[in-house]
Amino acid sequence: MLLYLDTLIDRVAVASRWLVLLAMLLVATHAGGAVNPETIRDLALGEGDARASAIAAIVASGDPSALSLLQSMKDGDVKTTGDDRVYLIKGEEAVDLLTGKTVKPVPDNLDDLVINNRLRRELGMAIAALRLSSTERAARLAAARELQGGADEITLPAISAALAAETDAEIKNILALTQASVQLSSNDKATRLAAVRALAQSDSGSVKTLLLALLERKGGEYVERDAELRAEAERSLRAVEQRLSTGEMVGRVFSGISLGTILLLAALGLAITYGLMGVINMAHGELIMIGAYATYVVQNIFRQHFPGAFDAYLLCAIPVAFAVSAVVGMVLERTVIRFLYGRPLETLLATWGLSLILIQSVRTIFGAQNVQVENPSWMSGGVEIMTSVVLPWSRIAIIVFAGGVLALMWVLLSRTRLGLFVRAVTQNRGMASSLGVPTVRVDMLAFGLGSGIAGLAGCALSQIGNVGPDLGQSYIVDSFMVVVLGGVGQLAGTVYAALGLGVVNKFLEAWQGAVLAKIAVLVFIIIFIQKRPQGLFALKGRTVEA
Amino acid sequence: MQRRSFLQRAALSVALSCAGFSAGALAADTVKVGVLHSLSGTMAISETVLKDVALMTFDEINASGGVMGKKIEAVVVDPASNWPLFAEKARQLITQDKVAAVFGCWTSVSRKSVLPVFEETNGLLYYPVQYEGEELSKNVFYTGAAPNQQAIPAVEYLMSKEGGGAKRWVLLGTDYVYPRTTNKILRAFLKSKGVDDKDIDEKYTPFGHSDYQTIVADIKKFAGGGKTAVVSTINGDSNVPFYKELGNQGLKATDVPVVAFSVGEEELRGVDTKPLVGHLAAWNYFMSLKNPENDAFKKKWAAYAQAKKLPGADKPLTNDPMEATYIGIHMWKQAVEKVKSFDPDKVIAAMGGQSFKAPDGFTVKMDEKNHHLHKPVFIGEVKADGQFNVVWKTKGPIKAQPWSPFIAGNDQKKDEPEKK
Repeated sequence: MLLYLDTLIDRVAVASRWLVLLAMLLVATHAGGAVNPETIRDLALGEGDARASAIAAIVASGDPSALSLLQSMKDGDVKTTGDDRVYLIKGEEAVDLLTGKTVKPVPDNLDDLVINNRLRRELGMAIAALRLSSTERAARLAAARELQGGADEITLPAISAALAAETDAEIKNILALTQASVQLSSNDKATRLAAVRALAQSDSGSVKTLLLALLERKGGEYVERDAELRAEAERSLRAVEQRLSTGEMVGRVFSGISLGTILLLAALGLAITYGLMGVINMAHGELIMIGAYATYVVQNIFRQHFPGAFDAYLLCAIPVAFAVSAVVGMVLERTVIRFLYGRPLETLLATWGLSLILIQSVRTIFGAQNVQVENPSWMSGGVEIMTSVVLPWSRIAIIVFAGGVLALMWVLLSRTRLGLFVRAVTQNRGMASSLGVPTVRVDMLAFGLGSGIAGLAGCALSQIGNVGPDLGQSYIVDSFMVVVLGGVGQLAGTVYAALGLGVVNKFLEAWQGAVLAKIAVLVFIIIFIQKRPQGLFALKGRTVEA
Repeated sequence: MQRRSFLQRAALSVALSCAGFSAGALAADTVKVGVLHSLSGTMAISETVLKDVALMTFDEINASGGVMGKKIEAVVVDPASNWPLFAEKARQLITQDKVAAVFGCWTSVSRKSVLPVFEETNGLLYYPVQYEGEELSKNVFYTGAAPNQQAIPAVEYLMSKEGGGAKRWVLLGTDYVYPRTTNKILRAFLKSKGVDDKDIDEKYTPFGHSDYQTIVADIKKFAGGGKTAVVSTINGDSNVPFYKELGNQGLKATDVPVVAFSVGEEELRGVDTKPLVGHLAAWNYFMSLKNPENDAFKKKWAAYAQAKKLPGADKPLTNDPMEATYIGIHMWKQAVEKVKSFDPDKVIAAMGGQSFKAPDGFTVKMDEKNHHLHKPVFIGEVKADGQFNVVWKTKGPIKAQPWSPFIAGNDQKKDEPEKK
């Protein structure tokens, strides 16, 4: 009964919207009508259904200012003083929308209108429908995308009209798919068949659901009677599913690589300090944390002194994070760690103590709470490669960044004098020293390099995660895991281990959930290290443990 | 064990010997109360402000004459987000410091840890955070929300036409007792509303999880099957990467709304909220509520934060658990003054039926029997400035159901503590 009532209400609502549409067509022929103040009052201060029909009426009015009115409503520039007054705020002055008068200065007791998701959605659809006839390609494309998820029989005529007038292939494609998904419920068999065929080009999950509905069975009988339509639907469904599973695979691999590069960045510094120099540096995580805080400080300086160039702060933060962490690392090496070379247990305890000191000092300086590091605007959002797959810019930037750091490090270690010294000292300290290599200085510089790279990792991590005093703690275990798995003393091993762990983790997570994936990876590493203590890639020959 | 009992004995003898000299004079004009919140570790983010708001409330009460003429003396301890340490500190507060009442705990696991201590020593705990229910102790007063005062109304709203008419549900949480129990209740509730198991997807992540790529991609895929809403019981700082990922992957609130039960003004401090506009939270109080009590509360807090130079004082925020702490302390004072005694049994008896004009704009009442507050429910949408815009609310305060009717066997349980 209740269900029936619901559908009845829906029908009535649809019918009333049809009337509005009819009115819209009629009015559109005598374009230029103005929006009635009553309608604006309904839109601003009314209840759910009244507001929806107000939006339809505003669209229907043909008022040239309708688009900007709806847009400012959506952006929250329309406010009320609570006494049945509705104002549009324009900088220093406000326009009373019910009387059309300009008020200056802006009334000070303004309240935001209550805009819930339903209204926001209706506004979005209305704005998109109006924008479909825009002269700018980008605006039309955005509008077509917006309509994709929410088109219905009411917006269909607008979509069909826009489709007929559209010249751009990409927009045309989107509109055609949207039109087809609505036409699927048409009464005309030829239209439906054409719609089913057109939908084979789609890569969206909701289309799959639509097609599945055509193939649904109830009590042994198909809900859809027409066998020809079912056969078409099955064919289209297979095409869509194919595309969806490709998309899913691309997404998984991408997120695996993204996690892998984060692990790589976190572990790369450790690959030098632990892998090459043999220092079990428990304070490695804190050097990452210091890099993240350096980014935070640079961000604040930019916000205060160069707000215009805010988006560039990250570029400036990269060298600063490197320098700060490298200096802290070198100070640690000079004051504590150098006295403990060759005594792993003492090093472990001492660096663990250092990590606690670093955490507490940061807590004292910046407070125990997380600090806010804002992404530059070019890093928010993502690139949509398929309807279901969005690759976020921040992740892409980090992958590129990690590649860059890796390349620089490789050049530094294998193509420069310092790199040669570092390799010489790690392979045979005594021999290198007697050949005139300043081992003490090389130790300090190598440790500084490893720490600086940890700082770069912190800079990157600040863009995707939390920045707080405990930041490093969550990465230290992962970093050691990667270095040990890859094989101590091997940079290539670190790279393979990080990417491998990232991708394996993401596939396990999709299959068994995040909690089990984490456990499974740890169990795998324990077993692996039992069987192969030297890691994936081991150094062979005399260089080992000179 | 031996060492502890020795320490206790030592402390006791010191206390006794001191009592002869000064206790008489001191006890006459002060009363000790305990504050048991993590000031370090993972929960410090949320709990530190509760310690501060408690101290502010004590100052306020002391300035207006104290409790029965006695000044409140706060004993602040730091259980450091370490659950067993909560129990130890609670015992110390009750047996050594002899506090009249304790205000504290945030996570359910910390409350479960101190519960035996309060029951054994007949102490008095005021717990200020929304939780999963399924508990009713004589020694605890729950000033946060039970599931029927937060989770159930939020889900009902999302099912309604205004809320988007969701048909499929992702229940996403951190892996511990509160989200698991809440989701058990919600699953039973959704089933009673005719939602199939295949339309419910339950997911958990570890504490401190920071990579939500897969989860968000899965939500998208799941949402392809029909109008979907996400119910998030993610706790702590994992919320920041989760919301960032939502924004970056372009999952908008108009397509898939996310309603959260552990995200308030304070948690959104570290997030760029512009891409999150329209996502929801359900609480019994929002900072953006407009009423004289809330204006006064906010002003008091801002003044206190600035005077004490608290972190974040440049942008003072209030939230639901802070309000619940404030209500709890005032109700304790009222109950003490009613029976003119700090004796826990007398105070417990006097608590039932206490009422207080709260910053949520209503006069909230402590239930006569079940130790929970009658509270109003608000559902708010995130605004671009990190505040919440109330889109739905109950007409007035509603009674708490600590024993959710959606868990089998709860109809047998009494709506009052077992022990008397």
